[in-house]
Amino acid sequence: MPDAIALKTADGRASGKSVSGPSGPKPKRVISPRNIMLYGTLFVAAAYYLLPLYVMIVTSLKGMPEIRLGNIFSPPVEITFEPWVKAWATACTGLNCDGLSRGFWNSVRITVPSVIGSIAIASVNGYALANWRFKGSELFFAILVVGAFIPYQVMIYPIVIVLREMGIYGTLTGLIIVHSIFGMPILTLLFRNYFASLPQELFKAARIDGAGFWQIFFKIMLPMSLPIFVVAMILQVTGIWNDFLFGVVFTRPEYYPMTVQLNNIVNSVQGVKEYNVNMAATILTGLVPLVVYFVSGRLFVRGIAAGAVKG
Amino acid sequence: MTGQAKAGRPNQLLRNLNSKIASIPMILTALVIFLGGTAWTVVYSFTNSKLLPRLSFVGFDQYKRLWAAPRWIVSIENLAVYGVLSLIFSLVIGFVLAALMDQKIRFENTFRTIFLYPFALSFIVTGLVWQWVLNPEFGVQSVVRSLGWSSFTFDPLYTPEIVIYGILIAALWQGTGLVMCLMLAGLRGIDEDIWKAARVDGIPMWKTYLFIVIPMMRPVFITTLVIIASGIVKVYDLVVAQTSGGPGIASEVPAKYVYDYMFQAQNLGQGFAASTMMLITVAIIIIPWAYLEFGGRKRA
Repeated sequence: MPDAIALKTADGRASGKSVSGPSGPKPKRVISPRNIMLYGTLFVAAAYYLLPLYVMIVTSLKGMPEIRLGNIFSPPVEITFEPWVKAWATACTGLNCDGLSRGFWNSVRITVPSVIGSIAIASVNGYALANWRFKGSELFFAILVVGAFIPYQVMIYPIVIVLREMGIYGTLTGLIIVHSIFGMPILTLLFRNYFASLPQELFKAARIDGAGFWQIFFKIMLPMSLPIFVVAMILQVTGIWNDFLFGVVFTRPEYYPMTVQLNNIVNSVQGVKEYNVNMAATILTGLVPLVVYFVSGRLFVRGIAAGAVKG
Repeated sequence: MTGQAKAGRPNQLLRNLNSKIASIPMILTALVIFLGGTAWTVVYSFTNSKLLPRLSFVGFDQYKRLWAAPRWIVSIENLAVYGVLSLIFSLVIGFVLAALMDQKIRFENTFRTIFLYPFALSFIVTGLVWQWVLNPEFGVQSVVRSLGWSSFTFDPLYTPEIVIYGILIAALWQGTGLVMCLMLAGLRGIDEDIWKAARVDGIPMWKTYLFIVIPMMRPVFITTLVIIASGIVKVYDLVVAQTSGGPGIASEVPAKYVYDYMFQAQNLGQGFAASTMMLITVAIIIIPWAYLEFGGRKRA
């Protein structure tokens, strides 16, 4: 009301449309100040998170002349897939010029056995901890979980020595063993909590029927725990694929995983910087975990929540 | 638990044998790698090992040299700045995003997918992308300048004083999605009735969050804090990818110091001493938490 008066005096004339107030039920306002604030903030945040991905893709599709002229946010005028081909097949690291493909296959050869190995060990282990406790089992488990917080740097060198003594330092086998070891705390925790949450009656009934340790595991527990295996797989595939430190410490250059090779390609000092090739290589390296992430959706969230929130 | 050892029983070791066999990898890992490896490194940090580990003890010499090294001091300062800021920012941003997501919004899944996807990427990818976005010649700085603001300067990666903030930006991009997810799970765990009661009492929403919901989410906050903090101490790949420690030594971090001295400078003793300092840092974070978590449970 005071507003209307102020308007009137300021303009010197009354706005003729002083209709009586709105009638009927109050419509649900979609565009309320609260919603504008809420969605506005969310969209700005989303833009911040999406921007680097957008820049990566756009840059990788441009030619070098266009990159030097334009700005990094502008879409490519002329789309070229040359950088992708180059990043995959001919980009150089040191003496090798066979691109990221080498690192990709190394990463595959590291990730697949490591994932299978660590899950096999941890699932049996978690099952033993949940259903077949023995004297000291909880203590070892506690050491294992606390050990997960120890910085890797503290344990790296002793492991180097052990692997060297075994004659597998620098090989893929050595790295696979290391990944299996360091995957153990989180996966064991995951499986132990899952198996402990299954109804104990099942386990007891099976024992009364005379089933043993392995029989119960394979015939009863495994068929019931497919979801948790998927969660563990997501956790491990992304974790091992993204690893850098272990790759650089425990393998020789010809076995370097993709992340290490990517860093060597992009941060190499010699030669002209080809930003489009670098970005194509970066996307290629991020592609596997991204695909895992987008395909798995909710399970990924469950995986990290399980990994993060201890039971 | 202790009453099981009765006379006449067959060998104790053979009881539950399969379970013990299945646990051998865990026992070996726990004892040999985690306990043994850690103890080995701590012991050898008191020696003057250079190229090869040797047991010739020199007391605290390595630690004295460590704390006299400018590069180590810079590393520690960087870790402190980076650590405090990334704790504060990731908790605040993560919580605010989670609170916004909890307003029964549309497209919740889409937003969550967007906020969380960087977490699936490795630190190497994160570092390289942000190296490119923050590139002074082509990145944000040049774009803003081309819009007309020609004196605009934002060049963290080549300015020693602020390089650590450039790394912080990348780290927050990668990690806040996870914090948001954890916080959202915590918020969803709050009883609806709390909200109803607060509304009936006419308490404004921000007050409800600040004085009722956040105190109720204490366990979630503590867990998140421990996860972020132990990740901070380990930060390595991100720095290697984004700046390689440069310009000069301006963005060095302890984990990189350890790696460089162990595997490049071939000065193992320094590497061991530095990694022992990292271990102590983590212990300072973990022990109080473990005490609260496990000590508290026993009493309850």
